[in-house]
Amino acid sequence: MQRKLTLGLATSLVATLLTMTSSVFAQKSATDDIAKYREMIADGNPSELYEAAGEDLWKKPAGPKNATLEKCDLGLGAGVVKGAAAQLPRYFKDTNKVQDLESRLMTCMQVLQGRDPQEMIDAPFQKGPKKDMEAIVAYVVTLSKGDKIKVSTAHPKEKEMYDLGKRAFFFQGGPMDFSCASCHAENGKRIRLQDLPNITEQKGAAMGWGYWPAYRVSSGQFWTMQQRLNDCYRQQRFPFPIYGSDVTIALSMYMAKTANGGTVETPGLKR
Amino acid sequence: MADPMRVRAAENGGTVDVKILMKHDMESGQRKDAAGKTIPQWFISTINVKANGKDVFNGQFGPAVSKDPFLNFKYKGAKGDKITVTWNDNKADKRTDEATVS
Amino acid sequence: MKKTNIKKLLAITGFILASSLINNSAVAQQKNDPKFNKMIQDSFRAEGIAGLDRIDQDATQKFCSDTQFANSKKGEAMRVKIQKINMDTIKQPSDGKYIGDWKTGESVAQSGRGATWTDKADAAVGGGCYNCHQIDPKEISHGNIGPSLSGYGKLRGYSQEIITYTWNRINNSKAYNACSNMPRFGHFKLLNEKQMQDVMALLLDPESPVNK
Repeated sequence: MQRKLTLGLATSLVATLLTMTSSVFAQKSATDDIAKYREMIADGNPSELYEAAGEDLWKKPAGPKNATLEKCDLGLGAGVVKGAAAQLPRYFKDTNKVQDLESRLMTCMQVLQGRDPQEMIDAPFQKGPKKDMEAIVAYVVTLSKGDKIKVSTAHPKEKEMYDLGKRAFFFQGGPMDFSCASCHAENGKRIRLQDLPNITEQKGAAMGWGYWPAYRVSSGQFWTMQQRLNDCYRQQRFPFPIYGSDVTIALSMYMAKTANGGTVETPGLKR
Repeated sequence: MADPMRVRAAENGGTVDVKILMKHDMESGQRKDAAGKTIPQWFISTINVKANGKDVFNGQFGPAVSKDPFLNFKYKGAKGDKITVTWNDNKADKRTDEATVS
Repeated sequence: MKKTNIKKLLAITGFILASSLINNSAVAQQKNDPKFNKMIQDSFRAEGIAGLDRIDQDATQKFCSDTQFANSKKGEAMRVKIQKINMDTIKQPSDGKYIGDWKTGESVAQSGRGATWTDKADAAVGGGCYNCHQIDPKEISHGNIGPSLSGYGKLRGYSQEIITYTWNRINNSKAYNACSNMPRFGHFKLLNEKQMQDVMALLLDPESPVNK
């Protein structure tokens, strides 16, 4: 009697499994396989090539002043690179503003090396002076890898940037009415097969903020956070966000603060 | 010489695990640029790895290998082995980098 | 004894007052912020076909950018108003034809191109439908931001009411849901009439794989 029952149960279980639509199976295995692929390629992240080039650039004299970046203050003191990226964006007294990593590096390049920030701002991503910037960013963020994301909004300008960033996150525009929140304000959502982190919550914010800058395998390029934000706005059908502009820093402040306590996993490796 | 490689080699139980990251565009010659012109082929053709002067790996890459290739292989060796990696590409450019097995 | 009771009472009253204040402030519409507006104006530049007019918000975008208010009880009247504004702008097909060719509709649904600053002005804009929806069940690469549309016609039938509703929805989803995540394809002329007729066929042609 019991044998018959167990057999019956087993058969119905198998039947249920078999009737699960093949598309659900295919999809689940597609996303699982993507995760497996990521695990496999995690070793040998080409970001390391950029990081090595960045370390050289940090120590190489450049610009009209023929100076290195070794005295650059990223918030933890002149020349202190270890752990600095995990605490950006932050307020800087010398410029009297809140700066993210890239705008702060532009300041250092200007003040220490005499390089014109406008050249950096105008250069297309992946070209000219921005190639140097990408390498230096890779170097700096690697030295925060494993640290906890820890940005402060204690300074009134930091708090203001955070509030502006939060508002910008929900700002709809363009012919598709997209805001950041259109894709990044709900759990469990994905566009095609690309999972979308919910950046309005700590866990999702850490998935986003903690994994960029990253090497993007699909384009074979190292993307800094500014480039990631720039391409988001392009996909949102917005006009072009100026490199290092306040909206990019405000959004960075909002994302970083929301991600606080998460781990810095940069430089990341993305599809 | 081209951009430097990242070479790491670690020994464990008599086996050395070698990991090499190469910086190279690896253009297949099939892609077209924004103007519609074909981007010319440019890829690593051969790669050679020596340990203490003796060949431990030889490879023929080609247009099927993608950008910034990562190579990982094992050989029987010891700590302190001197690893030398050389690649040659189809434009007669080359790159050699060294590392010591830790 | 009496003192602790009064303290407790004060504490409870204070708590009730505070929580009701919080509730009220959470529901008020977000104020116009000149600093924020200036930041937006100064942070973008025109590029390609993407001009600065794209950051001039219309009434719908302004309302839906304030998600707390838009989703609140107090926001309901405004939601209804926004839906009406959007409904009033919808045009029915100029040739009276609602259903086109589903095979072409599938290509429109698959394409996510167009309207960005790297696109040419004459480049065809795709519907990007698979970005958010399941449509043809054979396609596993689909998003889940919007509901599944598999079996769309089979489940709803092919009445004129459903046809008109679907046409309206593709043209301007905000006519039915003020802050729908779906772009207003007709309203912003992202898709032309033929493209929308073809997407309609994908959903409402009994021969479409969606309805098989």
